[in-house]
Amino acid sequence: MSSDEFLKLEKIKKAFQLNNGEEYVAVVDVNLNIKKNEIISIIGHSGCGKSTLLNMIAGLDVQTDGNISLEKKEIKGPGPERAVVFQNHSLLPWLTVYQNIEMAVKKVMPELGPKELRERIDKFVNMVNLEVAKDKYPGEISGGMKQRVGIARALAIKPKVLLMDEPFGALDSLTRANLQEHLMRIQQSVQNTVIIITHDIDEAVLLSDKVIMMTNGPEATIGEILEVNLPRPRNRVALQNNKEYIRCREAILSFLYEKFAKDDE
Amino acid sequence: MNKEVIKKILLPFFVFLMLIQIWSIIAINVEDFPTPSDTYVAAFGGVNGEGDDVIGVLSDPFYIENQDDKGVFWQILASLERVFGGFALAILVGVPVGLLIGMSRTAQYALEPFIHILKPVSPLAWLPLLLFIFRDINLTAISTIFITSIWPIIINTSLGVRSVNEDYLNVAKVLRFTSFEKIMQIILPVAVPSIFAGMRLSLGTAWLVIVAAEMLTGGIGIGFWIWDEYNNLNYHNIIIGIIIVGLVGFLLDILMEKLANFFDYRKKI
Repeated sequence: MSSDEFLKLEKIKKAFQLNNGEEYVAVVDVNLNIKKNEIISIIGHSGCGKSTLLNMIAGLDVQTDGNISLEKKEIKGPGPERAVVFQNHSLLPWLTVYQNIEMAVKKVMPELGPKELRERIDKFVNMVNLEVAKDKYPGEISGGMKQRVGIARALAIKPKVLLMDEPFGALDSLTRANLQEHLMRIQQSVQNTVIIITHDIDEAVLLSDKVIMMTNGPEATIGEILEVNLPRPRNRVALQNNKEYIRCREAILSFLYEKFAKDDE
Repeated sequence: MNKEVIKKILLPFFVFLMLIQIWSIIAINVEDFPTPSDTYVAAFGGVNGEGDDVIGVLSDPFYIENQDDKGVFWQILASLERVFGGFALAILVGVPVGLLIGMSRTAQYALEPFIHILKPVSPLAWLPLLLFIFRDINLTAISTIFITSIWPIIINTSLGVRSVNEDYLNVAKVLRFTSFEKIMQIILPVAVPSIFAGMRLSLGTAWLVIVAAEMLTGGIGIGFWIWDEYNNLNYHNIIIGIIIVGLVGFLLDILMEKLANFFDYRKKI
């Protein structure tokens, strides 16, 4: 299988039926090819349908028209090979950090014996540096830690694609930076295909190989695709004066605030 | 001891003294109304106001004279057995029905009107019908408890199910949970506090109902005992009965609260 036929979106359209009988077209004519192990950001103003797009890839939402396929297989409904990290972490509050990951791994990998199961969970708890919080409940740990558990839970079920819906949107900027570092470090060790929904320009440039810029809704679609040609590992401080980094930032800025400015946010 | 604790002990004590005072005034003015001291003697034994030596109903609550003459303990036990019988049945039927109504719009639209119509029906209205069907005191009492205490369980269970966060259900979808796994691992843990709130209401209702039901069915039970004592002109025992019913109801409520907290994940953290 060629690596450029991994996750494919063809002529995706999503329309909602409004109460007055009219149709609201959220996204239309979205075509996208995502290669294996690529990190993609989808950026756009609120209401551009970027979360809808992610939900359709996850299978939690169904497109009105068009096809989505993963490794040439059409996507029908949600599944663990497309793990989702939700914006508000969605950890089960009655389970500890360890149990939250355990629940997912047990279901997706029922063949694991008790020892292998424990080792796998520990591996991913360690990957996000949460050994100390292993037996704590979500209510007892910080927002950043919860999001790390969410990432560990998603990665532990060995997905083909990791879908992140504004994963750090609800966090303060220092915690967000910290989590971005975590994500980059993890990505170095376990290669994965990642799609990140974001509205943070620096986050998009720092994390991704490609930035997908969406036009405004209704009838939003892909406006531009920006390739970020920065070597990895990336360092956020060193990048501040990097020409390529500045070029990418400016390209996104001009797209969002000149070509597709939206003033009533 | 801090001030708050002293207040919590002293204030109820003063109110208690006031209630005794009001009771005494009523006893003086109403003919044959038992005085507080006579009632105390009737409960715990001793010499009453007329100089008679009395064996209190609570000094030997465990006696069994014959099938129709048993101590207060056995009366309470008989009532509790019926309450728990009906209550257990109400849980067994009510929780699954509540789950169904909470999870399926179809079931909700089909069943909800009947729940709203049957819920406000007094247990005393059911009693003659059930007595006619079962022609048995115990079955009638248990089924009356069942039919009046099932509604809060159904309603609260369905409310609990509907309060499940959409995100948790999305997690279940991504992991491809079966319906059974979804119920056991996501819906029940979320709904349990609400289910227990319903069960607590139910048990309270059941305990209210049993006293009334037993007055009509007769035989044995604390409700019947109170009615029997009225017929025997033992008015002080009616007051003792009321206090016993209140205390047992209070204990049941505390028990349910402890149980509810034990199963409520939010109280563990």
